[in-house]
Amino acid sequence: MDTENIIIINGLKCSFSKNETILETALRNGIKIPSLCYLSNTVSTGKCKICLVEIEGEDELVLSCQTVSQHGMVVKTDTPRIAAARRARLEELISSGHHNCLVQEMDINSWTDFQRDAMAPDIHRTLCPAYGECRLQDLAIQYRARPVKAAKITAPPVEDVNPFIVRDFSRCILCGRCVKACNEVQVNRVINFNESESKVITKDDLPLKDSNCVFCGECVQVCPVGALVSKRDFEIHTKPNTTKKIRTTCSYCGVGCQIYIHVKDNQIVKVTGVDNFGPNRGSLCVKGRFGFDFVQHPARLTTPLIRKGKKLKEATWDEAIDYIANKLGYLKDKYGPDSIGVLTSARITNEENYLAQKFARAVIGTNNIDHCARL
Amino acid sequence: MAGLAAAFGSGAMTNPISDIEKADVILVIGSNTTENHPVLSTYVKRAVTKKGAKLIVADPRKIDLTQFATHWLRHTLGTDVALINGMMNVIIEENLYDKDYVESRTEGFKELKEMVKTYSPEHVEDITGVPAKQLVEAARLYAGAKAGSILYAMGITQHITGTDNVKSLANLAMLCGNIGIEGGGVNPLRGQNNVQGACDMGGLPNVYSGYQKVDDPAVRERMIKAWSLKDLPDRPGIPVTEMMELAYDGKMKAMYIIGENPMLSDPDLSHVKKSLKNLDLLVVQDIFLTETAQLADVVLPSASFAEKDGTFTNTERRVQRVRKAVSSPGDAKDDWKIICNLADKMGYPMKYGNPRDIFREISEVTPSYSGITYERIEHEGIYWPCPTKDHPGTPVLHKEQFSRGLGLFHAVEYLPPAELPDKKYPLFLTTGRVLYQYHTGTMTMKSDGLNQLAPECFVEISKKDAEVYHIEDNDMLKIISRRGKIKARAKISERAKQGMVFIPFHYVRAAANKLTNTALDPVAKIPEYKVCAIKIEKAA
Ligand code: SF4
Ligand code: SF4
Ligand code: SF4
Repeated sequence: MDTENIIIINGLKCSFSKNETILETALRNGIKIPSLCYLSNTVSTGKCKICLVEIEGEDELVLSCQTVSQHGMVVKTDTPRIAAARRARLEELISSGHHNCLVQEMDINSWTDFQRDAMAPDIHRTLCPAYGECRLQDLAIQYRARPVKAAKITAPPVEDVNPFIVRDFSRCILCGRCVKACNEVQVNRVINFNESESKVITKDDLPLKDSNCVFCGECVQVCPVGALVSKRDFEIHTKPNTTKKIRTTCSYCGVGCQIYIHVKDNQIVKVTGVDNFGPNRGSLCVKGRFGFDFVQHPARLTTPLIRKGKKLKEATWDEAIDYIANKLGYLKDKYGPDSIGVLTSARITNEENYLAQKFARAVIGTNNIDHCARL
Repeated sequence: MAGLAAAFGSGAMTNPISDIEKADVILVIGSNTTENHPVLSTYVKRAVTKKGAKLIVADPRKIDLTQFATHWLRHTLGTDVALINGMMNVIIEENLYDKDYVESRTEGFKELKEMVKTYSPEHVEDITGVPAKQLVEAARLYAGAKAGSILYAMGITQHITGTDNVKSLANLAMLCGNIGIEGGGVNPLRGQNNVQGACDMGGLPNVYSGYQKVDDPAVRERMIKAWSLKDLPDRPGIPVTEMMELAYDGKMKAMYIIGENPMLSDPDLSHVKKSLKNLDLLVVQDIFLTETAQLADVVLPSASFAEKDGTFTNTERRVQRVRKAVSSPGDAKDDWKIICNLADKMGYPMKYGNPRDIFREISEVTPSYSGITYERIEHEGIYWPCPTKDHPGTPVLHKEQFSRGLGLFHAVEYLPPAELPDKKYPLFLTTGRVLYQYHTGTMTMKSDGLNQLAPECFVEISKKDAEVYHIEDNDMLKIISRRGKIKARAKISERAKQGMVFIPFHYVRAAANKLTNTALDPVAKIPEYKVCAIKIEKAA
């Protein structure tokens, strides 16, 4: 450890690299500092003001995302004073908009998971669609923050005139994560704060569908509250803890982004990017994030079909496999194995591709195996 | 990918995607990255905006990435080899190339040097339309990079000179010592999600898994033993394009097509239809009743990616897990199970309990996958080659030496496309994709949302051409080539270059591949989708 690069956080010696903020040093050393606006690999905005810490010898609390680590600093991230300040800030944020997730009315001390589940109504028009997945809600519960005043909602109504993203400005806490995601992560440069920093807007404040938004949904993924939600999520409101997340690989282009498929009762409700792992580190494009309808589309083939004259007729697996095995066997005997060709696919797995070529070579006895993707 | 294999000994992306952010100069050629590899394009854009890298875009269309480019070389369709030769001419003339590297790690430099002599920037300007001054600047920029990365896609490969195009890019990269270093490389971006895997697994007529040659007796012996057989065919098979030809002539009797839709993806569709109809047996295994499946004698319903376990290998050679999230509809089955059932029935039992068992066999018979197991890639994929269980994988290829030993320069001359505009068919046509659709649309067109954003086919045409033909935005046009005609609406756009139109190939009702040329690259057998000659008329 370079002795010139040590700061002490909560009694722990931590090394830091040049120009790293206290927040980043802490995170890298496994110490969590809560924040609503920090987004890794972007320049911090310092807007949420939750990541307050105490530095020995300084009177004021400082924002750890705005303060660069310096040798010899002694930092505390969790003292009663910090907790009180965070709670005050959280109360301000909850009161700033339409945060009706019942944190407001309930005596939070008495909340249990069971109650939280029971409190989530099936119709969410009145309840925030991010219920149970909201960072603000989580922190409000953790810090026992209550609204200080009734929210004055002046934001424009919900924008949902595009196929994928619902923007509800009344729940926006102006953290700026979406702005960072759009400009610094995806570099699509579509949204930004307006001049008074009171709203996140596209150029000329047009709806997303009339802007140059490419619907990558990065902004939705990073929004800590319910101000940006995917439309499907908005429509099928799911109670927290009733969906499972399965990690897999996107099936569209060759980038092979890592995705979570969120499933409820065997229905895909949404897809999100897997943070922190390559190749995509949480990012996705419109196809990977929103283009999953084909999987459970009614036009999916559900039974084998065999041609009878002009028509394809439903058949059982046994019938279909028998038919193919007989016919292939016959053609192979009559015209030789090289009269048969197999096309495998860029859509199926490695295991399946391996078996397809093994089938062509070992079972049919031909090297006539190819795939169309070279096309 | 034959061009890269010839130059380096391996045909895959030489560097990982994350390396793009480590490059100080990036050359993107023949890739509309933001639409075709959107997440990968974010690496390019961040390299420019956050890391200060310089971007050179070579593309006839004004693609979105040009907004980020220091130099945008707007060359005429199909003149890539001339362009690259021109850059090398400058680099060699001005002594900007990496002499140590060329001397110690490559062969064939003399021939290359001799050949590019004729490609002076002025001569190249005549061929490509790129101003000589701009070419010189771009060449200097690339040559001056500590790490220069080249990214390319179908815009390079889908030409009769596709293999030559790739060899030229390999030449350029080696000339400047950019292969085998972090942030450098020649990187083909694979269009479909598991093309890399399909090739790795031996879904090719000449190789088993891991690119082991079928006509190498030692390899064949090994496979015969591994698969407990008496014999295996020793001659390479034929590629898909030739299969179609033979089917057309009645010499191919049966085809078993898994998860592909050549009825929309092939060049010259009416020809394909006749070929497929000519077969005694056509089996199609897919998740939808595609245009191809509609012609089949037997259709087998398979599981989608979200319904099965297994692995995909992405464009950067990273083997990643696929996991079952939902169950398949009706009687649809995993493709591997269907193949096993059929093999069983035909007297060659294939008994696997699950994909993991199959993967074990893959690692046993495939040297480049030997060290990979499901356990090792549980959280993060591994880059092949990964020869042993404790090998970390290989993000950057050709570090100490090339797969073939020395890197080989190929002196390749510029050849014009097979079909050029003439009096009768005066315009260039190029085809490609749009962001919101994918390939033949079997997947994306099932999404109302995506359809809303990209509802129908269009002809992207320059303002100047629109004036010449008295076309207004949204006019319905007839687009006619020597092979067929389609109808689509005009989209007047500054993206299009004068004398050239662009049509996306996703749409059945206006299938661009009814127009394209079947002329093939003689080595890679890839058709020339990217250039043909057409004429346009206003539809009545
Ligand atoms: S969806 Fe993507 S492009 Fe559109 S605003 Fe959000 S981050 Fe920007
Ligand atoms: S929309 Fe969400 S991410 Fe964007 S500023 Fe508002 S709260 Fe933050
Ligand atoms: S999310 Fe988009 S970029 Fe990523 S693999 Fe899927 S299609 Fe490709």
